[in-house]
Amino acid sequence: MTATADLNSIASTFSAAAAKPARRVIICAGTGCVANGALKVHQALIEKIAAEQLPVIAELREEKADKAVWVSKSGCHGFCQMGPLVTVLPENYLYTRVKVEDVAEIVETTLKQGKPIDRLVYADPATGAHCVHGSDIPFYKRQQRTVLRECGHIDPDDIREYISHGGYEAARMVFTKMSAKTVCEEVEGSGLRGRGGGGFLTGKKWELTRVQPGPKKYVICNGDEGDPGAFMDRSVMEGNPHSVIEGMMIAARGIEADEGYVYVRAEYPLAVKRIRFAVEEAERLGLLGDNIFGSGLSFRLHVMEGAGAFVCGEETALIASIEGKRGMPMPKPPFPAQKGLNGKPTVINNVETLATVPLIIRNGAAWLRGMGTKNSTGTKNFALTGHVANTGLIEVPFGTTIREIVFNIGGGVTRDDGALWPDGFKAVQIGGPSGGCLTSEHLDLPLDFDSLKGVGAMVGSGGLVVMNRDTCMVSVARFFMQFTQNESCGKCVLCREGTRQMLALLDDIIEGRATAETIDTLETLAVAVGKGSLCGLGKTAPNPVLATLRYFRNEVDAHVFQKRCPTGRCKALRSITIDAAKCRGCTACARKCPVHAIKGEVKKPHVIDPAVCIKCGACATACKFDAVMGV
Amino acid sequence: MNNTTATVLIDNRPVPIEGERNILEMVRKAGIELPTFCYHSDLSIYGACRMCMVDVEGRGLMAACSTKPEAGMKVKTTTEEIRQMRKIVVELLLANHDGQCPTCSKSAACTLQNLSRRLGITKNRFKPIHQPRAIDVSSPSLVRDPNKCVLCGDCVRMCAEVQGIGAIDFAGRGRDAAVLPAFGKNLDQVECVNCGQCAAVCPTGALTVRSSVEDVWKLLDDPSKTVIAEIAPAVRVALGEMFGLEAGEVVTGQAVAALKAMGFKKVFDTSFSADLTVIEEAEEFLTRFTKGERLPQFTSCCPAWVKYAEQYHPELLPNLSSCKSPQQMFGSIARDTLPKALGIENKNLVIVSIMPCTAKKFEARRPEFAKDGIRDVDVVLTTQEFARMIEERGIDFRSLSPESLDMPMGFKTGAGVIFGASGGVTEAVLRYAAEKVTGRTLENADFVQVRGEDGRREIEFDVAGKKLKLCVVHSLANARKVADEVKQGKSAYHLVEVMACPGGCVGGAGQPLSRDTAARRRRAKGLYDADKTQPLHKSQENPYISELYKRNLGEVGGHKAHELLHTGYHSRRRLGDTGIPLITGTAAEKLKITVCVGTSCYVKGSQTLLQGLVKHLEERGLTHAVDVQASFCHERCDRGPTVVIGDKVFEKCTLATAIKTVEGLITS
Repeated sequence: MTATADLNSIASTFSAAAAKPARRVIICAGTGCVANGALKVHQALIEKIAAEQLPVIAELREEKADKAVWVSKSGCHGFCQMGPLVTVLPENYLYTRVKVEDVAEIVETTLKQGKPIDRLVYADPATGAHCVHGSDIPFYKRQQRTVLRECGHIDPDDIREYISHGGYEAARMVFTKMSAKTVCEEVEGSGLRGRGGGGFLTGKKWELTRVQPGPKKYVICNGDEGDPGAFMDRSVMEGNPHSVIEGMMIAARGIEADEGYVYVRAEYPLAVKRIRFAVEEAERLGLLGDNIFGSGLSFRLHVMEGAGAFVCGEETALIASIEGKRGMPMPKPPFPAQKGLNGKPTVINNVETLATVPLIIRNGAAWLRGMGTKNSTGTKNFALTGHVANTGLIEVPFGTTIREIVFNIGGGVTRDDGALWPDGFKAVQIGGPSGGCLTSEHLDLPLDFDSLKGVGAMVGSGGLVVMNRDTCMVSVARFFMQFTQNESCGKCVLCREGTRQMLALLDDIIEGRATAETIDTLETLAVAVGKGSLCGLGKTAPNPVLATLRYFRNEVDAHVFQKRCPTGRCKALRSITIDAAKCRGCTACARKCPVHAIKGEVKKPHVIDPAVCIKCGACATACKFDAVMGV
Repeated sequence: MNNTTATVLIDNRPVPIEGERNILEMVRKAGIELPTFCYHSDLSIYGACRMCMVDVEGRGLMAACSTKPEAGMKVKTTTEEIRQMRKIVVELLLANHDGQCPTCSKSAACTLQNLSRRLGITKNRFKPIHQPRAIDVSSPSLVRDPNKCVLCGDCVRMCAEVQGIGAIDFAGRGRDAAVLPAFGKNLDQVECVNCGQCAAVCPTGALTVRSSVEDVWKLLDDPSKTVIAEIAPAVRVALGEMFGLEAGEVVTGQAVAALKAMGFKKVFDTSFSADLTVIEEAEEFLTRFTKGERLPQFTSCCPAWVKYAEQYHPELLPNLSSCKSPQQMFGSIARDTLPKALGIENKNLVIVSIMPCTAKKFEARRPEFAKDGIRDVDVVLTTQEFARMIEERGIDFRSLSPESLDMPMGFKTGAGVIFGASGGVTEAVLRYAAEKVTGRTLENADFVQVRGEDGRREIEFDVAGKKLKLCVVHSLANARKVADEVKQGKSAYHLVEVMACPGGCVGGAGQPLSRDTAARRRRAKGLYDADKTQPLHKSQENPYISELYKRNLGEVGGHKAHELLHTGYHSRRRLGDTGIPLITGTAAEKLKITVCVGTSCYVKGSQTLLQGLVKHLEERGLTHAVDVQASFCHERCDRGPTVVIGDKVFEKCTLATAIKTVEGLITS
């Protein structure tokens, strides 16, 4: 039986070694930055430093660390809009949008001389101020990072660094000093609610599982984040995988489980790789396996890749998937706490929930209650995307307003081309395809589980899509409906057929075939699907439709009764005409028209035949005199 | 809380909780027919159709099938909200349905059609979005029409849970969701055993019995043909249900009259050939029992079980009785005797069997059951098809005067009649064997111990001082358990009767459709009652059988009997044992090594392992001492890579383990 390694000595050895290098350069290797070339920057940086005859290390080795430049990779930093991100320590400079061509200057100016490079630091578009340090940037300054605190700062592939930041201390505490019951009580006392969307009290869920008869129980980490535009869990798994593992160990201790699964979607190859490696490392140090911390208790962890079905984020479908069956939900009860994986009591928690757990044990339940609102304690990660200046991953306490998130952290609403649009705010879509819309009337609503439910939305897993005034809300509802329809597992009639019919009804509205009856049928059906579907996916699938009907009824009515899309986005409802006063009869449009819908003599105003026109807009592009209207 | 008085208030009326598993059972007990597509008492709860929604006070809308009854619950089965919900569900299904009701073979027996009428749906507010899909007519027994499927999954669960096969399952998501055989193949290309139980539970026309009615009409109309019929025991207790009679009512006489009216020249009884089967099978059993070889003997009269055994348990095929089924024995004997008796050429004799079973259609087409291009049984009709012919012909079934079966093959004993119920074959064999072994006449021929409804029943007898252990199973999932035990050497049985369909042939998929399992029970009772009314109860007492042996067959189990009444089986395992030889050693005694390179093992690194092992053996100069083969699936995919070294199977094998084991074995 292997003994668990001594955390204190690992931490102190690592910290001593970490103090030796002259500088440390951390390159964000989250998926966003990697896509923008971060790995090339990393490689170029190492080569350049070596070429300059400076001692360089890519991994912290004490014997080579002295006065060296330590170049390491981190997980997601959050400020994806500005990636690749490069941090230089000890000065704590943060460089944005770094390219391979910038490497030479970084080595020369910063690494050799310790000076910042002005053109690479973030300039606040609002004030024009240059933010040399990451902490000066409003995007970071206004966040409260707890779960994401180490993301972007530590090397996710180096377990020693996680330990040197206090990692696995909480696990040691629960395995050596706490009973299963007190673990559940502590977590329940913190008020932690499931971050995957459900918002159920985590400690309570554990307690319900703990009291089930054993001995075999399971802990599952739900890393099947599938909402379009969501990447919160991915970032945690990529940026700080050990926090998830530690959370699972604590959950295992709490419910007295000896086996666990991390279920990660296969579309997250980097997260899969990092989690797998982290599990191996934890096993190597005896943190996973038998006799953990000499407690006589065992916990083994498997990593399982999902096969890309959205519905597998639903817990019963996820369990079916792990069991090798088709991912389809089952009626509840029985709940997984009673009969889960292989028919045994099982706790399923979302990645972010589990990553919060070690912090609760380490800092106490009151610490979490000190953040957020009364019934929604702590912080929440959001993936901020859409028409917003600063897209990226953010963490804010519950109770933060949309205004704070969109305008202060997000830097304001933008036009389609990215330019700031101060009064362009229309809505945010929160909670992905299961969520709803919040409009300008909700800008000052403190976000938490209960307030959002009250206005027909939900926290969901934390996707937050900002939409400007050029966005057609009927099209948005259609977009999400298309998604849920494609992802419906097909089991229950209301979800399978209902989403398809809602999609067809939305198409009728967008394409000008709708009548008053269309809206009635859509609303009746949306309510029925919400009430009658078998699982959460179906029950929440109509939310985008209901939100559009509730908050943007005028826009829907315009489509239906005036056959007009107020944003001009719905192609079928466009009416393209030529302004006779502006048209010079140059024939450019007629020549470009792919369906020969434009007639007219040279030097005389041209006319579009609406019966032939396919509304492609090629005429408008061709026209030099701005005579084409309605595109 | 006192459970005996606990009640649930259903539509304001108290209903006692008496062990019901869910609210749906409670509601139905209260006399309210809550509509469902996906609920079936024999199958697991699925909760998908959303038709059985009820309003539970304080909880809102719940699916009754997946809600446990609790004392004091207040349930409303019909509110305006529920009414609308049900209508929406049915309208949604209809909008994605081909709507060809008048030409559907399930018309009038279709749950979707019935519910649409019951719920008063006269207009569909949703868009017709149905996209035609190809109909699968590959199976000799069934037609799979995805255009009519409502994806309730009853068939999927029946196949997987009751039959333990899983020949069809869900595939695709969203609009592509469908019930299909694996990889979109046709039914005849997969492990379907043709039992048809999927069709028996299908609420719509998506899975139906493949009809041979047209073929029979044409043959009857052909003046050069002499068409005769054999009618199976289970048919007579179920046919009447199609004409409003009670399940279990024996209508043999009317069936004969109807067949004669249609133009069948002779009508015989499969119970006659069942008597023959009893004698041959019992003799075979006694021989094996005395010698103690190839035990337990499995029965072989169920063609779905035979195909199942061929697919999954080829090692047990020697244990199957070599007797043909009664259907095929009838065919052989009829071909052997009738052309001469009727003065016609064999090719002009058409033999039609009327069966409770869809798999019999497959059985009749097995190549071993044809000689010189002439099948022993030409066409198989199910009870359902026969009833349809009666309707089409305009015969008023209920007012028919019963007519007698033709002799000699219309004469049977009660032993041949009870064949149609689970346990019947065993009882019939016991009636023969007990007399044969003891040499004494049985006064009471009933062996009620073997009767019953349990899916698996074990019975022990003392016969002439010897202990006889028997097992009766129905449904193939139960058969699998017994077969596995036999293979593992854990079984002490001497005789195992297997029927694929729940309840035996009375519950066959060719029988009139019934969602009510009580019908099965009544049919079985009908057969046991019919046994009582027969003058003779033991196959060996059938005078025409004795005559047949004397004149045609010779000895029981003799040469001609073997030729006509026995058959053989072959493995249908998809993958054979032969691998690709990589090293073929020259030594006299070689170690055989097989590495699986099937997809799953390959993904788990078996190819690399194989290459590493070969390289190692070459480097160590050990190639003369081994045979190394790359093989395909060992069906241990979840535990791969699978490597067989000598006679030992290594799961999750690594190169190090393989090398260590091989070295150890070669050097020792």
